This record gives sequence, structure tokens and C-alpha cells, in this order.
Amino acid sequence: MKTVEEIKAAIEAAVPGAGVKFVSNPSPSAQHSLRLAPESAVAVATFLRDDAELAFDFLSNVSGVDRPDKEVAEKVKVTRTVTKTVDGPDGQKMEQPAEETVEETRKHVEPGFLEAVYHIFSVEKKHGPLVIRMRTANRSDQTELPSLTPVWRAAEFQEREVFDLYGIVFTGHPDLRRILMWPEFKDFPMRKDYVEPDDFEYEPTAHDEVLKRAEEHKSREQGSGIRDQEAAAK
Amino acid sequence: MSVVETKAERVTGWNRPPVIEPDGEGELLEVAMGPHHPSTHGVFRMDVALDGERVIRLKPVFGYLHRNHEKIAEGASYLASMPYTDRLDYFCSLTNNWAYALAVEKLAGQPVPERAEYIRVILAELTRIQNHASSIGFLIQEMGASGTPLMYAFKEREKILDLFESLTGSRMMCNYMRFGGCRVDVSAPWLDATRKVVAGLPAFVDEFEALLSSNEILMARCQGVGILRPELAVNAGVSGPMLRASGVNYDIRKVDHYGIYDRFQFRIPLGDHGDIYDRYMVRVLEMRESIRILEQALRDLPAGPIMDAKAKIRGFRPKPGEAYGRIEAPKGELGFYLISDGGPNPYRYRVRPPSLINLTVLEDMCLGHNVADVVLIFGSVDIVLGEVDR
Amino acid sequence: MLGDGILKGMAETARNFFGSYVSKERLTTVEYPEQRIPTAENARVFPFLVYDGTDWEAGMRCVACQICEKECPPKCIYIEKSADKKPDFVGKPQFYPARFDIDISVCMSCQICVEVCPFEAIKMDTQFELATDDRFGGLLEDRQKLAKSNEYYHSIHPTEAAEVDARLAEEKAKVEAKAKAAAEASAAKAAAASSPTPPAAPPAKTEGGS
Repeated sequence: MKTVEEIKAAIEAAVPGAGVKFVSNPSPSAQHSLRLAPESAVAVATFLRDDAELAFDFLSNVSGVDRPDKEVAEKVKVTRTVTKTVDGPDGQKMEQPAEETVEETRKHVEPGFLEAVYHIFSVEKKHGPLVIRMRTANRSDQTELPSLTPVWRAAEFQEREVFDLYGIVFTGHPDLRRILMWPEFKDFPMRKDYVEPDDFEYEPTAHDEVLKRAEEHKSREQGSGIRDQEAAAK
Repeated sequence: MSVVETKAERVTGWNRPPVIEPDGEGELLEVAMGPHHPSTHGVFRMDVALDGERVIRLKPVFGYLHRNHEKIAEGASYLASMPYTDRLDYFCSLTNNWAYALAVEKLAGQPVPERAEYIRVILAELTRIQNHASSIGFLIQEMGASGTPLMYAFKEREKILDLFESLTGSRMMCNYMRFGGCRVDVSAPWLDATRKVVAGLPAFVDEFEALLSSNEILMARCQGVGILRPELAVNAGVSGPMLRASGVNYDIRKVDHYGIYDRFQFRIPLGDHGDIYDRYMVRVLEMRESIRILEQALRDLPAGPIMDAKAKIRGFRPKPGEAYGRIEAPKGELGFYLISDGGPNPYRYRVRPPSLINLTVLEDMCLGHNVADVVLIFGSVDIVLGEVDR
Repeated sequence: MLGDGILKGMAETARNFFGSYVSKERLTTVEYPEQRIPTAENARVFPFLVYDGTDWEAGMRCVACQICEKECPPKCIYIEKSADKKPDFVGKPQFYPARFDIDISVCMSCQICVEVCPFEAIKMDTQFELATDDRFGGLLEDRQKLAKSNEYYHSIHPTEAAEVDARLAEEKAKVEAKAKAAAEASAAKAAAASSPTPPAAPPAKTEGGS
């Protein structure tokens, strides 16, 4: 199999304007990946499948990954002009502008995103894996990605599962609905900020997080279980 | 709102199921087969739309056994997820363990000593034999054989499970592989018992074949039913005996060269037609090849340590990165995708379930057949709900 | 002729049916509970705590280090450390568990607690006939129910128990040898301090010896 850099070059030669980035993998497995731009993803995938030398005709795995927003605090040296009172030559107090350098902690939020990771292999040439990834713009309202089901049918159920558990909407999928959770379910369970419903039951060896949940549950009043919530929502 | 309104393409090329027009007039009969059903291998539902007896549309519905194993693994350490992998494909817990251990060893760059590799191969091939025997037994039971071949298969399976119990402590939930080797060493009495069981296996497969392979009812019900074309099989990600029954020569033991499978001589049975009978024959022939591998492995087992000296049980923190490791499980390609952020728990833990992906083409295979064939085609896919739903 | 394959299959079934009257290996049914297959030696069902000697409280090996509690995948172990200490098998004072609960309705028999215990205090039992009709408290095993003697451990897992005993004896011998060597060294120092003609050491140095 060609190396990932060579495959990147082949894609850029065949699909102009493809917007493919190389993502390095620091672990000993050395399975580096290519990040595709969503606009050209289907074209790149079709090229990868139909090219005579690469022949990636087998999509093995589709996973979703949740990268939540990260608050980054960094220390920045800021130079400010302040007015200082100094003793003048006549003995009076004078106001003089002076410069001072202060260290400030500035916080900014790195936006999070949802990611879909595809592992593709070649049955004809018996090589692989090649890892391709696609990112959504953010986690809240722009969560669409193009579906690769028209290219590889294997993505059909797996993209439904990523939609069900992460909330990525795959445009162009023939039948996008929940697959593992029931259809009326609201939230996306695999996200890092998923809050479980309060359906706590008796737990005799409660400790750590389970003990916290047990105490929260006891402190709420009767009628806060999942059935009561659903009844109240109606 | 559950169904997302996307621009769905009604593509009717070779990638999508064909559209079948019903013959008669009137409405289609919609039957929900399952989830409480004796033939659906667990809690599984198929929404079938019938025109008389012919299947016009079939949608599988599952998720009844969803335990969100992937989220539990994000909250547990790498070692603590190992007993949970036993419960994915609960018939073949040792191959699940091996796939997970392989993925973690790829992620951490952990080598495995030779004796441990041989033991892994022995246990995996024993698992493959008992899984194929049981799955054929279940398929024949759904054909109406009331459990006789199934009980013959279970007789052998009990012998193999007794071996597992005396080695790992448990018949099915073995929890035996570790990152860097195996948990307990095999003893000489255990090896003798295994050799005895393996010596009795060819006679069992002969008996099984004499019972079934030329049975006219089996041939009439299975030949020409549920045909899967090789291009669709590859494009749909089908793997394992189903892929090889369609004629595609792809066995991960030969392709990926994982473990020490390069040292063993074994053949890959391929089918010609891709129907149920071919899948049955491929499984029987794979049992025979597994016996060959077992004889070679038991003969060549070297002495040595079973765990790598630098392997850690507690406090295992692989460096940040990701890895995808896969093996040829009895049901197909079982893969684990792990992302590590340097902590004791994985950041993302994903199981690539062969049973779920093999179900992608269930509709394609069943369209146009009678509803009685749906049960057989579904049985020949050989799924386990623990793996489909995780 | 049509039906050949079915007849061949029936011949197999007939051979097994009539053979089950003649050969033992074709009759594979065990009529439980009147007949019981002996459990394999390595079988594991639920954990128990090992104690040495006859007093289960004083002889319990567990020192409440809580490693098994942390490593348990379904978190079915609950330990509360004691306030005081008691001597362990080498004589060193250690904590002991004031409370040690295992919820066997949650326990999945994975044996990780046994693997990570550094004190050989928790081992796997082989009893599985534990059905009760009290769903919530009846399957919660406390310290007393879990404590079983070392002789019981020998009776269910003889090879393993022999290995564990050998390892513990070796550790105890090592600790005793170290203590003896330390005692001999300090005795030698004391002897050198109280001897009348110290050869080269100045008297002030050895005064505070004994």
C-alpha cells in the first residue's frame, strides 16, 4: 500500500480542490489519517474506491468521536501605561506616565466539534487500513456531514448509529433514523455532556459516582422518575 | 421527530435493494417478526411487508439489547473493559478478548511472547469450531429439525467449554487475554485433555456431515435461497464465512498476518453461489481447517513466559494516539477502534461488530423470497444480538 | 434414489440412539440435581475472603487497601477501613476492613479483584446454588458471610492454595530472616559497646550503645 502522504498526493492530483489534510497519529500503531473537507468528501471517496491502484472497496468501520468545547487559559504578558505618582524635583507629588508589564490570564473557548472516522480496506489488493475523518463545524447547530453510503453500502447502518448516538446528520443517507435507541428518544447518549435520566434504583454497594447519584435522587421529591417526566411532558 | 428529512435518493443501482412490485391488489400485509420469536437468535425484530407469501420490504429493527458498552468503557480502565468484551459475542468470548487485546497492544506498542501467541491461536480455533457447530445447529433447528443436530453440536461444545473452564475458570465469560499475553499458563494435563478432544473432532465433523450434507430437505430449502452477489458483499462490508461463501477470498488471518497465523498451513474454503447451502458448507469446511490448525499448534507449542515482562496490569496508561485492531472472529471481522488521551481510561472505544454489518444486506437477500425463507436466510447470517446491539 | 440423504442421516441418529444404551459416551445427559458433575478445579463463581487459623476476624488477610474496590469493573465491592490496626501474618500492624460488602447480583465473576490483590486475601469460590427470594438484601454478602477459612480454600482449589501458601511462607521467611539479621547486627553492636577493651573505637562513641 502506498503511504498516507502518497495517497494524499494521488487524491489531490485526481480530485482538484479536494482539501485533504494529513493528521499524524503519535501512537506506535502509526495509522495516520487524512482529514477530508465535507464538500468534496463524496468525490474523494469515489476516487478511493474506483482507482485501479488503491481500490479501497471495503469500508470496515465508521465511528463517531465527540470533542467538546475546551476552555483554554493562557498567561499573556501585557504592557500597559499607567499613571504613577512620583516625587517631583520641588518636593511635590507629580503624575507621570509609566509603563508596566503585567501577566494576565486570558481565557478563550476552543470550539468543539463532532468527528466521523472511517476505516477503509481493499479486498482486491489486500491492503489497508486507511483512516479518513471528517469534522462538523460545531456541536450545536451545524452538525451535517455528507453520507458515504452511496459510495460504500457498509456505511448505512453505521452512519445511522453515529446519528443516533452522536447527533451527526448525514445528508444523502437513504434512511436516516435512530437505530439503537427507540424513535422517540431525545438526546444523544455517547456525547461527553450527556446527562442520564433519573431512573435510579436501589443500589446496595453504592460508592463514588453511584453514591452521589443515590443522594441526589433521595433529595429530590417523589415523582421525578423517567415515567413521571414523560407524563409531565405530555 | 424521529426520521430526519434528508434528501434521500431512491437509487436503484446495484448498491441498493431492488424495488419489487407486488403482484396482487390490495394492501401489503405488514408482519413484525420478533422481538419475542424463537428463531431470531435473540431479541431482534424484522418489519416485513408481504404480498401473500412474498417479501416486498424488510427492515430490521434492533437495539433491544443495547447496553451502551462503549460508554461504560469510557468510564472504566482498559483492563476493566476486558470482562465486558466477553459479553459482546457471548458465544465466542475468547476471540472478543483477543481482538481487544490486539487493539490495545497496537495502541501501546506492546509485544507478546511466543507461547502466549500459540495459546491464543489454540483457544481461538477451539472457539471457532464450537461457534460454527452451534450456528449450523441453530440454522438446522430453524429448518424444523427439532434440535437433533443442535444437540450433537452442543455435545462437542460441552467438551470444549469444559476445557475453557479448567483453564480460564469460566465456560463462557472467559476474561483470559491480557495486554501482553495471557492470564494463566496452560498445564500439561490440560494439553493432554485438549489433544484428546481434538482427536475426537474429525469424527464429530464426519458424523455431522453424514447427518446433514446430503439431506434432501436441507438441499431443497437452502440451495438457491438467499443469494448474495460478491460485489454487493464487498461493498456492504460483509465479512467472515458469509463473504467467503459468495466467493470472495478474504480471510483476515491470511491478509493481516496477525498473531502467528503465518506459521500454520490451512486453506480457505470458498463458495460458488453465495446461497445458504454454501454458507453451511463453508462453515463445515472451516471447522475441518481449524482442526488442522489446532493439531499444528498443539504440536509446536514452545516453552516460555506467557506474559511480556514489561506488561502492566494496574496503572496501564498508553500514550495518546489511536489504533484500529481487527481479527477474524468466527462471525466475521471483529475490530476495536481505540483513542487514548494518555489517561487510564480510553477516550473513545468503538467495537466494529461483524453481526451488525452483515445484517446490512439482509433485505437484499430476502426480497422476493417466501417468508419461510426469511428465517433461514437470517439464520445463515449467524448473528448474536450481544454484538449487534452492544 | 430420492431420500438417500435423509436415510443416511437417520442411520446416524439410530446409531446414537441405540448406542446410548451400550456405550457411556453416547449417553451424555446428567440428571441434575440428583447427579452432579464435579466442578472443575479452576472454576470461579463469586469471591470470598480468606482467613488463616480459626478466628475469622483476627486471621483475615485483607488489609483494606481498597485496590479490589477500585479495579472492580461493575463496582460491586464496598469497603470501609477500620479505625485501629491488627497484626497481619508477618506481625506488621495493618488496617482491616470494618465493612466489606460484595453485591453478588452485580458481580460478574471476572476475577480481576483476585488478580490485583497484593495480599492473597480475596479468592474465588465455586458455590453457585445461591438463589434466594430476597431480591435486594439477600444477594448482598457482608464480611462475615464472605469470610472462609484457608482449609476451605485448600478443599476447593488445592493446587492454587498450595502455591499461595508457599508464597506466603516464603515472604514470611524473608521477613523473619531480615528481622533476625537486624537483631544480630544490633546485638553485635551492643556486645561491642559493653566489651571492656574496645580495640580502636573511642569510648565516648560506644557509650550509648545498649
